[in-house]
Amino acid sequence: MQAFDYIRAQSTEQAVALLAQAGDQARVLAGGTDLLAQLKEGRRKVGLVVDIKFIPELNELCYDPAEGLWLGAAVPCYRIYNNHAVAHSYPGLIDAASLIGGVQIQGRASLGGNLCNASPAADSIPALIAHGAICQIAGPAGRREVPVEAFCTGPGRTVLEAGEILVSLHLPPPRPGFGAAYLRFIPRNEMDIAVVGSGVSVQLDARGETIASARVALGAVAPTPLYVREAGAALAGRAVADAEAAVAEAAGIAQAAARPIDDMRGTVAQRKHLAAVLTRRALRIAVERAGASGFAGAGAKK
Amino acid sequence: MTTRKNETMVRTRINGDEVEFLCEPRETLLDVLREDLELTGVKEGCGNGNCGACNVIMDGVLVNSCLVLAVEAEGRSITTVEGLASPDRLHPLQQSFLEHAALQCGVCTPGFLVAAKSLLDHNPHPTEHEVRYWLAGNLCRCTGYDKIVRAVLDAADTMAAEAVP
Repeated sequence: MQAFDYIRAQSTEQAVALLAQAGDQARVLAGGTDLLAQLKEGRRKVGLVVDIKFIPELNELCYDPAEGLWLGAAVPCYRIYNNHAVAHSYPGLIDAASLIGGVQIQGRASLGGNLCNASPAADSIPALIAHGAICQIAGPAGRREVPVEAFCTGPGRTVLEAGEILVSLHLPPPRPGFGAAYLRFIPRNEMDIAVVGSGVSVQLDARGETIASARVALGAVAPTPLYVREAGAALAGRAVADAEAAVAEAAGIAQAAARPIDDMRGTVAQRKHLAAVLTRRALRIAVERAGASGFAGAGAKK
Repeated sequence: MTTRKNETMVRTRINGDEVEFLCEPRETLLDVLREDLELTGVKEGCGNGNCGACNVIMDGVLVNSCLVLAVEAEGRSITTVEGLASPDRLHPLQQSFLEHAALQCGVCTPGFLVAAKSLLDHNPHPTEHEVRYWLAGNLCRCTGYDKIVRAVLDAADTMAAEAVP
């Protein structure tokens, strides 16, 4: 592997200062499952690796039913799905965190890293969009927030400016009648990169009879994970009893929004087809979870 | 390539022993375990996190040592395949792999053993489905997995029986 310096940052401020000083030469290390593979293959050149895993606020996993979830950018997947309160409240996030790589990868890989790596096919990003996550960013000019759907700007590219780091993700607290799901298609059962992924959430009204709002996001069908606002809007106000028609309509809108490419993993036609199928299936699961979730305190199903 | 500058002293615990080593930031934990500490049970397969041959347990968590920098081991506790057996007997997983002929060429075996140990540490009574999913990050090009899965299930039964007086 190429030579570089390594610093274990002790605070967000120290990490920001190091990154601002080193510029393009520096790269953040969380779980390393993308970065170290890139360095070994020579796909990325760095002079300085800043390990942010030991900064307390980047390693925080804190759920409060009133405040929501504060998910530090370096928290590895296994800590997310092993936390019962989080697993119960954020089922779409859990779907994604438990299928990224195998257990060896989940022991290291963080959702913050998955987001900053900004792969169009990243599994966690459609789920984070479905859950309405807000990125908390720190940089030389202070702190700012960016909705997760606006974070990625292209393959491997994000809104992070020089010296900025992703500190954490804030997910709003789920209310009764909330459900979410993430599904992906891969040609085998596990350990693969999504051909298409679909992350969705629905919020039912207080009586559980009507879909109050919904969010739909797709992966691997555009240069960035895609938030399909219109697909969610098409579900708003629809009766749960009539969910199947609404779900089919939303799936059609998602399919129309998809603008995939042909590559080794799939063709345009296959991906367009999958965008509709996965969105339909994920929405069915989310509606079912929403119905089971909340009104009597029942758990989200996995 | 061979000039060793910029070295850092790392203090860690490996298979229960306090260990200190010097390394460069660019060296992986896998490099140091094999080349410097001569723990060659840890294998290098793909070197990029796909095959699991280099699996070790770090602070109770199964990881690919090829995707861990050696400097990250500072202050951690690491178990390699060398740490499984006791002086007088093999670990039940190792015994079970032998009895089930759950290996052919053997290169993947240390990774499978460590991954299976991690599974049974977390879940002493896994179903076949759980074993197959937990071991999905370990590749074997010889056995077709079936004997490995049976060996792990059998070892779980053995360990459960031994735990009951």
